[in-house]
Amino acid sequence: MTDLQKLTIGKALNLGLRRAMEEDPKVLIMGEDVGKLGGVFRITDGLQKDFGEQRVLDTPLAESGIIGTAVGLAVRGFRPVCEIQFEGFIFPGFDQISSQLAKLHYRTQGKVKMPVVIRVPFGGGIGAVEHHSESPESLFSHIAGLKVVSISNAVDAYWGIQEAIRSDDPILFFEPKKLYHSGALKMEVDTSTAPSRVFASQVVREGTNATVVAYGPSVKVALDAATAAEAEGKSLEVIDLRTLSPLDLGPVFESVRKTGRLIAVSEAPSESSLTSEIAARVQQECFYSLESPVLRVTGFDTPYPPAKLEEHYLPDLDRVLHAVDRSLAW
Amino acid sequence: MPSEQWTHPEPGDGPAAVAAQPSPEQVIAGLRATSEGGAELTQLLTPEGQRVPSERFDRYVEDVDDETLKNLYRDMVLVRRADREANAMQRQGQLGIWVPLLGQEAAQVGSGRALQPRDMAFPSYREHGVAYTRGVDMRELIGIFRCTDHSGWDYQAHRFHPYTIVIGNQVLNAAGYAMGQKFEGKVGDEGGEATICYFGDGATSQGDVHEGFVWAAVYDAPLVFFCQNNQWAISEPTERQSRLPLYQRARGYGFPGIRVDGNDVLACLAVTRWALEECRHGNGPVLIEAFTYRMDAHTTTDDPTRYRLSDELEEWKLKDPIERVRAFLARGGHADQAFFDSVQAEADKFAAELRDYTFNMPEPPPDRVFSQVYAEPSPVLEAQREEYLSYLDGFAAAGEH
Ligand SMILES: Cc1ncc(C[n+]2csc(CCOP(=O)(O)OP(=O)(O)O)c2C)c(N)n1
Repeated sequence: MTDLQKLTIGKALNLGLRRAMEEDPKVLIMGEDVGKLGGVFRITDGLQKDFGEQRVLDTPLAESGIIGTAVGLAVRGFRPVCEIQFEGFIFPGFDQISSQLAKLHYRTQGKVKMPVVIRVPFGGGIGAVEHHSESPESLFSHIAGLKVVSISNAVDAYWGIQEAIRSDDPILFFEPKKLYHSGALKMEVDTSTAPSRVFASQVVREGTNATVVAYGPSVKVALDAATAAEAEGKSLEVIDLRTLSPLDLGPVFESVRKTGRLIAVSEAPSESSLTSEIAARVQQECFYSLESPVLRVTGFDTPYPPAKLEEHYLPDLDRVLHAVDRSLAW
Repeated sequence: MPSEQWTHPEPGDGPAAVAAQPSPEQVIAGLRATSEGGAELTQLLTPEGQRVPSERFDRYVEDVDDETLKNLYRDMVLVRRADREANAMQRQGQLGIWVPLLGQEAAQVGSGRALQPRDMAFPSYREHGVAYTRGVDMRELIGIFRCTDHSGWDYQAHRFHPYTIVIGNQVLNAAGYAMGQKFEGKVGDEGGEATICYFGDGATSQGDVHEGFVWAAVYDAPLVFFCQNNQWAISEPTERQSRLPLYQRARGYGFPGIRVDGNDVLACLAVTRWALEECRHGNGPVLIEAFTYRMDAHTTTDDPTRYRLSDELEEWKLKDPIERVRAFLARGGHADQAFFDSVQAEADKFAAELRDYTFNMPEPPPDRVFSQVYAEPSPVLEAQREEYLSYLDGFAAAGEH
């Protein structure tokens, strides 16, 4: 029997977490305020009530502690899912992530598995104060041994979180916080089927004139731009990366070979970032297919500005279209 | 001390007959001691407004005459009024968020007024009352919450560091600053300098705070750690951070810790003056735990009804920091109704000015995104800036913006 539910990204994550916890008693949720409050974004709402305080842990307020103990719990056979409240607060845990979480499997030549998921709400556009709107995913993509993924819609949220929890590798799971509760983005999710795989790049809209690659919150911007471009007679292909590290660029190469043009979109600053990596690899692999240089539409190389200015900082539909025009004009 | 109920038994005490583990009720009772804050709570003014003598601390408030106490009262009323106004403005969509201090006025005003102009303060993000005592105009900090700015005041002029949102970061920064005061020979006598650093009960779990304790201790830094234990870290109660009353932690690092009634402005003033004096004389750091209560939500985005019982709030209302000073002043005939009315009128005016200013704040120009990223100009960033501004000009030329 199919069980179709129309879900927001937030609710899909909640149900995905619930299903993973039901299926495996070793799955734990840990973080600040994840229990009684259900997390500051309510993603873990109701889970402590149903699974108890030993499976949904309101931890002391310390990110190094959350991630470091998750590493130990994983060594003991648990599958911790850590919540970091906002991306800007992950840095007290950076040492544990880069020194232990990412490297233990390699250091022990596979004897120690690290099935730890770290959920990180990220990105801007919510009008918040400092440290609540950043996009630090590139920093983590630079760390070998770690997988970095991001979701952009409810179907991927539901299946993606389960796939991440089932994985024996440590995963940083970036969630576009701005879109959590967007009613407009509700999607039908069939929760009755067998798990489906999420973490590979996916063409989310086909087109012929240029390719736009994005992830997380920028996928929506790219899709909106494609709709707007269509009205002007331009056909854009949009790819949702979904997996940021290791990067799955196969579908991007394929698309660029078809369209000859690439625009990479991300909210993160551009210098030494994921979009830099994409540009480098695409020019290496698709040099003879490119009709114009790979262009990037990103946040600026500045700290995240006061939120009254974020509309300038964040890539929006107009900036994407502007880049498309520049690419096509080459 | 309730905490002794769960110390592990000494060897030879016999098998686990002595309960080494506290019951959850004991933990809660011991840590929160909800009504009094425990036997070691320093208090000079009871919730009923009675002055309690203290052999140890009276001398630190000898100079507090009627006038001074009335000023402390006025400070707290103004600060609370501004806080309520900002809270209301957030509800009206004028501020992106507000971090209320309701209930913590005495801890902030008392400790802030203990400082000398030469001292330095490192706040977290709720210290609007301390900011006020440092001479920061409330209007200088409202931009942070209207999201037009990250920090609005001259930190050197006010000796009040920018707000720090990442929990615990500022504690190490303060330790470093205080080490600097020490290295420059600014401690040693009455005229010495000191630093105070503010953080919450939740913050005490962070590595940075622990490291701050270690650094300040081993370098004898003139640093007062001022922990406002307002009982909650968003939804998590203090007992989720510690098995021991927080002030007792100091001992493990080798400096004194003290618990003060954070709703008693006089006690906060006295205890902080004492702690600063220790620092000025080069005796190293002190931890103050101001035992208080957050009488509003954590921030305007929080919903405390999900985790906290309203009984608790009602109980703390009886210990309101402003009411007890008012009771003392009124009962002893130190102040009349005209005084209270005039303070209220002044507070209303203060709030109205804040509101006016906030409503009329200019939007920052797009250029501000790129300004002051580096001390030395960066050609790469300059190019980005120019490109973006000319892109915007394109819209202006097309008449779209
Ligand atoms: C490193 C870090 N982690 C998480 C947060 C999110 N956060 C903001 S305030 C807060 C609770 C802080 O509680 P406490 O230290 O007791 O101070 P209070 O707000 O109660 O004054 C949390 C978890 C943060 N700002 N920084």
